Amino acid sequence: MSYALVILALILGVVVWWLLKQTFNLEPWAATASTDAVRTEGVRSPSTMIPLPPVKLALGVFLAVVTSLFALFISAYSIRMEYGDWRPMPEPVLLWVNSGILVLSSVFLQAGWSAAKRGSIATVRFGVAGGGALAIAFVVGQLLAWYQLTSGGYLISGNPANAFFYLITGVHALHLIGGLVALAKTVRRVWQSDDTAAMSLGVELCAVYWHYLLAVWVIVFGLMLST
Amino acid sequence: MSDVTHDALDYVPPLEVEEEVLYHAKTWLGKYVFCQDAKVIAIQYSVTAIGIGLVALVLSLLMRLQLGFPHEFDIIDPTNYLQFVTMHGMIMVVYLLTALFLGGFGNYLIPLMVGARDMVFPYVNMISFWVYFVAVMVLVASFFVPGGSTGAGWTLYPPQAISPGTPGVDAGIILMLVSLALFIIGFTMGGLNYVVTVLQARTRGLSLMRLPLTIWGIFMATVLALLAFPALFVSAIMMILDRTLETSFFMPAMISLGDQTSYDGGSPVLFQHLFWFFGHPEVYIVALPAFGIVSDLLSVHARKAIFGYRMMVWAIVAIGALSFVVWAHHMYVSGMNPYFGFFFATTTLIIAVPTAIKVYNWVLTLWRGNIRLTVPMMFAIGFIFTFINGGLTGLFLGNVTIDLPLSDTYFVVAHFHMVMAVSPVLVVFGAIYHWYPKITGKMLDDVLGKIHFWMTFLGTYAIYFPMHYLGFEGIPRRYFAYGDTAFMSDSSQDLNAAITVAAFVVATAQLFFLWNLFISYFRGREAGGNPWEATTLEWQTAHTPPRHGNFDELPLVYRWAYDFSVPGVEQDYIPQNVSPAEVEQMQQRVEPSSEQTTDEKP
Repeated sequence: MSYALVILALILGVVVWWLLKQTFNLEPWAATASTDAVRTEGVRSPSTMIPLPPVKLALGVFLAVVTSLFALFISAYSIRMEYGDWRPMPEPVLLWVNSGILVLSSVFLQAGWSAAKRGSIATVRFGVAGGGALAIAFVVGQLLAWYQLTSGGYLISGNPANAFFYLITGVHALHLIGGLVALAKTVRRVWQSDDTAAMSLGVELCAVYWHYLLAVWVIVFGLMLST
Repeated sequence: MSDVTHDALDYVPPLEVEEEVLYHAKTWLGKYVFCQDAKVIAIQYSVTAIGIGLVALVLSLLMRLQLGFPHEFDIIDPTNYLQFVTMHGMIMVVYLLTALFLGGFGNYLIPLMVGARDMVFPYVNMISFWVYFVAVMVLVASFFVPGGSTGAGWTLYPPQAISPGTPGVDAGIILMLVSLALFIIGFTMGGLNYVVTVLQARTRGLSLMRLPLTIWGIFMATVLALLAFPALFVSAIMMILDRTLETSFFMPAMISLGDQTSYDGGSPVLFQHLFWFFGHPEVYIVALPAFGIVSDLLSVHARKAIFGYRMMVWAIVAIGALSFVVWAHHMYVSGMNPYFGFFFATTTLIIAVPTAIKVYNWVLTLWRGNIRLTVPMMFAIGFIFTFINGGLTGLFLGNVTIDLPLSDTYFVVAHFHMVMAVSPVLVVFGAIYHWYPKITGKMLDDVLGKIHFWMTFLGTYAIYFPMHYLGFEGIPRRYFAYGDTAFMSDSSQDLNAAITVAAFVVATAQLFFLWNLFISYFRGREAGGNPWEATTLEWQTAHTPPRHGNFDELPLVYRWAYDFSVPGVEQDYIPQNVSPAEVEQMQQRVEPSSEQTTDEKP
C-alpha cells in the first residue's frame, strides 16, 4: 500500500496546504462586513477565485481520482509481486510500438493545442484528428498484444502476473476510450467552426488528459518491464 | 462593523464575471424525471436512499426476531440470516448514508448555501443520480436471482465470499460487486460537481471561511470519497475477475467441497487492505457531513455563533487527512506484524484529538446559548450523547490488546452502530426536521416529531447499550442461533429478547416520522421563508420552496454564517446577505447591560 499512500499523501497534502493557505489568519467572525468583501471574495470576484474555468478544475479533480485508482492497482501489483509464485510475463515488441504510437498521439494533441492558442485552424484540425486516429491505433495495438499473449498461452487465469497485466492494461485502455468519446466531440466542434479561441479550452482538456494517460502508461509499462 | 466608513456602505460593484445561462427543461420528462435541477435531484436521491434504507430496516427486524426469539419464529433460515446481515450493512453504509448525505443533502444544500443557481455541471449531476438508481436496482435484483443475494458479510472477504457454500455465490456476489462499481461511477460524477461547485460557484463575498460548516463537512467528505472509493472499485473489479475468469488476485490455493480449486496463490489479506483503505475513510465520509450539519443545527437553535469556527474547519480537514492512515485497525486479527498494529493503534488514537475538539466545541456552543428546544435541536443534542458514547468505545477497540478479545463480538456491533449508524441517522432526522420547511414550505408536526425523537433516542440506547455487555461475555456476531453454549449466561438470551423488543419500538417510531412527512406536506403549518430565523443563504430565497435558479438575484454576502445575538442589534440574528448599511438601520438594542451577557466571539 506504500505507493498508494505516498500518492494520496501528496494529493491530500496539496488539498490541506491549499485550504490552510485560504483559511489561515482569517477571522471570519470579525466585523469586516463591508462591501469590500463583495469585491474581493467569491467566484464572480476574480481576485480570490481560482483562476481556472470550472471544467478545467473538474478535470484536475477527476485526474486525482484516476491517480488514486492507478496508485491502488500498482500497490496491489507490488504487494502481490513479492509472493513466491510470481512468474513475470514477456513483454511483446508490439508494446514498444504501441508506446511509440501513444507518444505520437500526445504530440499531435499538443500541437493541436498550441495551434489553437496561435489561431491556426488547419493545424488544430490536423492535430486533434491525427491524435484521435493514433489513439485508436494504440487501442487496436493493445488488443493485438493481448491476442499475441493469449495465443502464446499466457491466459489471464494462468498466473497473477498475467492477471495484473490484462487488468491494468485493460483499465488504462478503457480510460483512453472514454477520452476518445470526449475527443470525438471536440473533433466535431473543431470541424464545424473556425473560432480557435472558443475551441481552445476543449482541445487543451483533451491534450492534458492524453498527456496524463501517457504518463500513466509510461509508469505502468516501466513497472512491467522492471519485473 | 462600526469602523466601516459610510461611503463604502451602499456601493455594490457590478458583476465582474457574467452569470451563465441557466438550463431550462422543455419536456415533462426533462422536468420531472431526467431533471437537471439540483434540488429535484436531491429529492430523487433522498427518496431512493430512504426507500432502500427502509428495506434494510426490515431486514434488521427479521434478524432481530430470529436472535431475540429463536424458537418462536420460523421466518428466516440460516442462509437468509447471512444474506440479511450482508445486505443490511451494505445498504445502510453505502446506499443509504453515503447517498443521502452527499447525493441528498449535498445536492440540495450546496448550491443554495453557496449562493449559486445550480451545480456547475447539471447534466453530469442528473446522470449521477440515474447511475446511482441503476446501482440500487442491480442491488435489489440480487435478492431475486437464483441462490439469492450474497451472504459474505458486508466486508465481502475472500475467499469465502466467492467460494461454494456461501449464500449467493452464483449470481448474488456478482450483482453486488457490479452494483458497487456502478455506485462508485455515479458518485464520482456527483462528487466532481460538489467539489467544483463549492470551489467555483460561490457568490460574491462568500469566502471559504464564511462557508457554513455544513458545506465544509460535505466538501471534505466528498474529497475523501473521491480518493477512497477507487480502492473499493479496484477490489470489486479484481474480485469480479476472480469469480468469473478464475484469476487469483485474492484466492489462495485451496480445497473446496473435496476438490482442489483452480485458484492458486492469491492473497486474501490484500483484499482486506484494499477494502479497509476504502472502508475507514467511508466512516468519515458518513460522519463529516453529519458533523457539519449538526454544527449548524446547534448554532441556529442555540442562537449563538458556533464555538471555534476555525478550529472546527481545521478539525474537519485534519480528520479527513488522518482517516487515510488508520485503516488497518480493522485488521488487528489478520495476523499482522505487532509493530504494524502499534502504528495503527497510535494513528487511531491521534484521530480522536480533532474529533474531541469538535465535541468540546459543540458543547461550548450550547453553553449560555439561548437554547430553543425544537425538534431539530433535540436530535442534534441527542447526536452529541450518542456520538460520545460510541466514540469512547472506539478508544477501547483502537488498542490492539483490547481489540483482540473483543473482535467479532457484539461489543463491536454496539460500537459501530452507536458511532456511525445511530449518530449520523439522528443528524439525518434533525436535518430533515430543519430543512423540510424550506423544501416543502410546510412545518413538520411538533408533537409527532417529539414522539419520534424520544422513541428513537431512548430506543436505540435500549438496543445498543446492552450489546456492550453481550460483547464482554464474548458472544460472537453474525451467528444465526447460539443454542446451549457454556460461556453464555442464561440471562443473555433474555437480554437479546429485550433488544429485539426495543428494535421494534424504534422501528415503530419511524412510522410516526413517515406519517409526519406525509401529513405535514398537506396539512402542515405554513413555514414562511425563514422559520428558524437562520442566517445562511438558503433561508433568504425569495420563494419557499426555492424555484428553479434558487435566487431572483444572486445574493451578496457580507458576513459569516454565525452572526447570532450580535451585541447592539435587537434582532438576534443577521443573515449573511445583510449589508452593514442595513444593519445600521436595524433596531438597536435598548439596554446596554445586556451586551455583557452575550458571548459573540469564540
